[in-house]
Amino acid sequence: MQYSDKVLEHYEKPRNVGSLDKNDPGVGTGMVGAPACGDVMKLQIKVNSESGVIEEARFKTFGCGSAIASSSLVTEWVKGKTLDEALEIRNSDIATELSLPPVKIHCSVLAEDAIKAAIEDYRKKQGSNHRDDPGNS
Amino acid sequence: MKKPIYMDYHATTPVDPRVVEAMLPYFTEKFGNAASRSHSYGWEAKEAVDKARRQIAGLIGATPEEIIFTSGATESDNLAIKGVAEMYAERGDHIVTVATEHKAVLDTCKKLAKRGFKITYLPVRPDGLIDLDQLRAAITDRTILISVMHANNEIGVLQPIREIGRVARERNVLFHTDATQSVGKIPVNVNADHIDLMSLSGHKMYGPKGIGALYVRRKNPRVQLTAQMDGGGHERGMRSGTLPVTGIVGLGEACALCQSEMAAESARMAALRDRLRDRILAELDEVYINGSMEHRLPNSLNLSFAYVEGESLLMGLKDVAVSSGSACTSATLEPSYVLKALGVGDELAHTSIRFGLGRFNNEEEVDYVAGRVIEAVQRLRELSPLYEMAKEGVNLKKVEWAAD
Repeated sequence: MQYSDKVLEHYEKPRNVGSLDKNDPGVGTGMVGAPACGDVMKLQIKVNSESGVIEEARFKTFGCGSAIASSSLVTEWVKGKTLDEALEIRNSDIATELSLPPVKIHCSVLAEDAIKAAIEDYRKKQGSNHRDDPGNS
Repeated sequence: MKKPIYMDYHATTPVDPRVVEAMLPYFTEKFGNAASRSHSYGWEAKEAVDKARRQIAGLIGATPEEIIFTSGATESDNLAIKGVAEMYAERGDHIVTVATEHKAVLDTCKKLAKRGFKITYLPVRPDGLIDLDQLRAAITDRTILISVMHANNEIGVLQPIREIGRVARERNVLFHTDATQSVGKIPVNVNADHIDLMSLSGHKMYGPKGIGALYVRRKNPRVQLTAQMDGGGHERGMRSGTLPVTGIVGLGEACALCQSEMAAESARMAALRDRLRDRILAELDEVYINGSMEHRLPNSLNLSFAYVEGESLLMGLKDVAVSSGSACTSATLEPSYVLKALGVGDELAHTSIRFGLGRFNNEEEVDYVAGRVIEAVQRLRELSPLYEMAKEGVNLKKVEWAAD
């Protein structure tokens, strides 16, 4: 398979690899995919409780080069965004940016799912910490 | 060292320069048609073909008349299986084969099944070998053919063809073996191994692409085939078409070289292969060998690197030419059906790499490849959420995955 330069670049120098403390109430963790399918993405975001802005993002991915590149890219994109802004990232944006071939579109879908899952996890945590705030549950 | 280092000899081999040398005159000054009887151009082409037939027959213990030239092993498999099925259709309609066969056998059987033939696909044990009792139990009085490969193209394991041949002989069933990966690498003898039909290919043994052969037994029993290619009646009527003399000369020379160098070469291959395995296993944990180590081609190694997806590993090995059983290298997104048949879980099947060593590899290259594999696996495991979870003591089999 021929890879685009951007996929290769993210594969060679992945951004924001690592883990945040998943028990930190300010951290949301999304884990999507399955080993049997050949792709597992873990995306974590750290959210500023005052501003609601994503301050940090980390990922670890088991998967092909396109899956690694997709998750590396979204860690860059979500940083500095509010949760609602981050939810607007579409898999097609990821696929376009990385010039993914049709057979690799599922990698970008997975990355979008990972963002949603991380935000949902964060909001769930916030909801259980602030039961008086119905807007976050 | 020339890079990328080629370690994918199961896919194809370069043509040995001595083979090229033998072929060259037959492109230009000796260009005759081997079927031309009326002049010396034809005679010298026929002589060259006859010599190649002797060289091929010599390697496998056959007689020259039993060699039918084809375009390669895929055609040989098609001709053997369809040819027997059609020729012996009155005697029976049942064929026994194995789940891990090459697609040239499996898809041929699938097509015959559509035409009403019954096909039994034997399972394999976790080591990749079939169970002979299951083979015996599968044979009925309607069985006309057993088709079991000798060496598997993905994992290199060797089926017990001599015992399979004996079972076939006892039950009066024809035995075909696809020996594409094994002929020239390890001893194969059609008489000792009780083989009735055998497929082989030039480009897997340092000969050219586009030429192969089907061995068809002439005595005890005399095997007949319905031709799949009609025309001038070449090759005892079994495969019409003007003989590609250059390719045939190349295949013959390749066989002769393999025969004279087999003992030394297979020992050297096994030593290189074991060195590669030992280096990798010494540095990395959770690496699994796919298929029997004992019953295996000397040049073959198939490893699963847990927690690291195969295609991403290939990307990390960009100056090494190997192949992966990973789904992502194919368009289907399905992991290898061969590894699946061994009972290798999908999660490990996605992490497999096939190393195929060959005549032009050396120790320096093996050490380099081992080093690159170790580096790449370590780097990708640092990136792998699965490796992190496993190290934390999470049982990955018990996790409920979002995409399951």
